[in-house]
Amino acid sequence: MRIPCPHCGERGNEEFFYLGAADLTRPAADAPADAWHEYVYQRENPFGPHKELWHHLNGCRRWLVVTRDTRTHTIIAAADAAGARA
Amino acid sequence: MTYSLFSLAREALRGHTGWKPAWRDAAPKPEYDVLVVGGGGHGLATAYYLAKEHGITNVAVLEKSYIGSGNAGRNTTIIRSNYLLPGNERFYEKSMQLWEGLEQDFNYNAMVSQRGVLNLYHSDAQRDQYARRGNAMRLHGVDAELLDEAAVRDMYPFLDYANARFPIRGGLLQRRGGTARHDAVAWGFARGADTRGVDIVQNCEVTGIDVANGRVTGVQTTRGAIRAKKIGLVCAGSSSRVAAMAGLRLPIESHVLQAFVSEGIKPLIDGVITFGAGHFYVSQSDKGGLVFGGDIDGYNSYAQRGSLPVVEDVMESGMALMPAIGRLRLLRQWGGVMDMSMDGSPIIDRTPIDGLFLNAGWCYGGFKATPASGWCFAHTIARDEAHFINSAFRLDRFATGALIDERGAGATPNLH
Ligand SMILES: Cc1cc2nc3c(=O)[nH]c(=O)nc-3n(C[C@H](O)[C@H](O)[C@H](O)COP(=O)(O)OP(=O)(O)OC[C@H]3O[C@@H](n4cnc5c(N)ncnc54)[C@H](O)[C@@H]3O)c2cc1C
Ligand SMILES: [Zn+2]
Repeated sequence: MRIPCPHCGERGNEEFFYLGAADLTRPAADAPADAWHEYVYQRENPFGPHKELWHHLNGCRRWLVVTRDTRTHTIIAAADAAGARA
Repeated sequence: MTYSLFSLAREALRGHTGWKPAWRDAAPKPEYDVLVVGGGGHGLATAYYLAKEHGITNVAVLEKSYIGSGNAGRNTTIIRSNYLLPGNERFYEKSMQLWEGLEQDFNYNAMVSQRGVLNLYHSDAQRDQYARRGNAMRLHGVDAELLDEAAVRDMYPFLDYANARFPIRGGLLQRRGGTARHDAVAWGFARGADTRGVDIVQNCEVTGIDVANGRVTGVQTTRGAIRAKKIGLVCAGSSSRVAAMAGLRLPIESHVLQAFVSEGIKPLIDGVITFGAGHFYVSQSDKGGLVFGGDIDGYNSYAQRGSLPVVEDVMESGMALMPAIGRLRLLRQWGGVMDMSMDGSPIIDRTPIDGLFLNAGWCYGGFKATPASGWCFAHTIARDEAHFINSAFRLDRFATGALIDERGAGATPNLH
C-alpha cells in the first residue's frame, strides 16, 4: 500500500505510523463519562471508506488525514491534518 | 457414526466406501430457539455446548460462507493458558482443560498436541516479568517453568543465543501448551452439534437483525428471514458490522494478521517457540512445514490479505531468532481479519437488547479459546447470565473501567 503524501508524493506505508479514526472529536475535560467512553473506546470500524490519521514519521513528519477503503486499501483522499481537521 | 478403531478397521476392509459426511448441510427452517451467527470455531463450539450441556437442540448455526472459512481455518494453531491477569487466566485454563479431553468428548481427531509453548526472554527485566507471569499462572494451578539459557539450549540448540542485540537468556515454558489441527476443531464441533440435532446452515449471510420492543425476534438472511427467541453473534473480524445491524457500536477495530508456512523439512522444532524481542512465533506442522507469524498489519482492514512491509518484518524477526530459517523457501502466506478490542481481551456477554448475545474481540489469540468460548457463551445464552469463568469479559467494562489490559497498551487496538 502506498500513501500519497501531499508534501512528499506517493510513499510506501512502512514510512508512516497509524493512529486510527480521524473523525473523533475530543470531549471537553469536564464532559460526562459517557462522552469520554465514546471517544476513547467506541469505534465505527466501517466496512468501506474510513477517515484515518497517519503520521509521515519517516518523511515530512506531518500528520495526514487519509480516506481509505478498508475492503480494498484503495486510497480515496489524503490531506495534511492541519487543514483537513480545521 | 462413531469413529473408533473398529470403524476404521471395518472401513479399511470395505475400501472406505461406507464413510458418511460428518454433518448435514442443512437448509434453514423458519424458526429456532437459538440462532448462532457465525460458523467459525467459536460459533460451532457454542452450538455444540448448547446442545450437550444445556439440552438446547433447536439451534441453527448461520454461516455466510462455508464453516471454518474465517479465522478458524487461518490461524497458526497455538494453544496455551499462560496469561497474567485473573479474568483471563481462569478462562484460558478452562479452555486448556477442555482441549485436554476434547477429542474423547466429541469423538473426533483434532490432533491436540501438548508439545509445549516456550516464550523466550532476552533481558533481566523481561525475565522478572516472565517470572511474575509464571507465578501468577502457578497461583491459578497452571503449569509454568522458568528456564535459564542452558535449559533452553538443551531444547533448541539452533537458536541465535549470541545475538548481539537480543541475546537469549532463557524462557518461560508451559509444557501443557501446544497446537491443535484448526480445521478439525471446527469439523469436530460441527459434527458433535449436528449429531445432537443442530442445523448447520452454510452460504447464509445474516443481513439484518430484527428487534421489537427492545427484544430480538429474528434475523434477515440471504436465505430468507428466520425467527428466534435468542441470537448469539460470533462473527470474529466482522463483529462491528453485524452488531451495527442491531444498532450497537463496539469497542473494536478490524485488523489483518498474516500467517506463513515454509516448505516441508525434517523434524526440527518439536514445540512452539516465541521470540521475546520482536513479534514472532513458530512451530512445525506434522507435514514438516514451519508455521509462523508475527505482528498484525496495524491499520483497519477487512481485506483478507496482508501487506508486504509486515512480511519483511516477520522474516527479519525470524532471522534474528533462528538464522537457519533463511535457508528455507516460503511456501504459502495468507491473512485473516480479526476483531482487535480496545484492551486486547474478548467480550462474552449479553447486550443491551434482550435475547441478543455477543461473543467478540478475540484479537489474534482466539483459537486457543475455542472450546471455553463456546462453553461460556452457551452458558450465557442458556442462562441469560455469564458463568464465573467469563464474568470479566463484559461489554460494559470499557465504561466502568474494569479493563483487562494484559499487554498494558491502553486503548490502541493495533498495539495489543
Ligand atoms: C493468521 C492468524 C493466526 C492466528 N493464530 C492464532 C494462534 O496461533 N492461536 C490462537 O489462539 N489464535 C490465533 N488466531 C486467532 C483465531 O484464529 C481467532 O481469534 C478465532 O479463530 C476467532 O474465532 P472463530 O474461529 O469463531 O472465527 P471465524 O472462523 O473467523 O468465524 C467467524 C465466522 O463468522 C462468519 N460471519 C461473519 N459475518 C457473518 C454474517 N453477517 N452472517 C453469517 N456469518 C458471518 C464468517 O464467515 C466466519 O466464518 C489467529 C488468527 C489469524 C488470522
Ligand atoms: Zn510526507
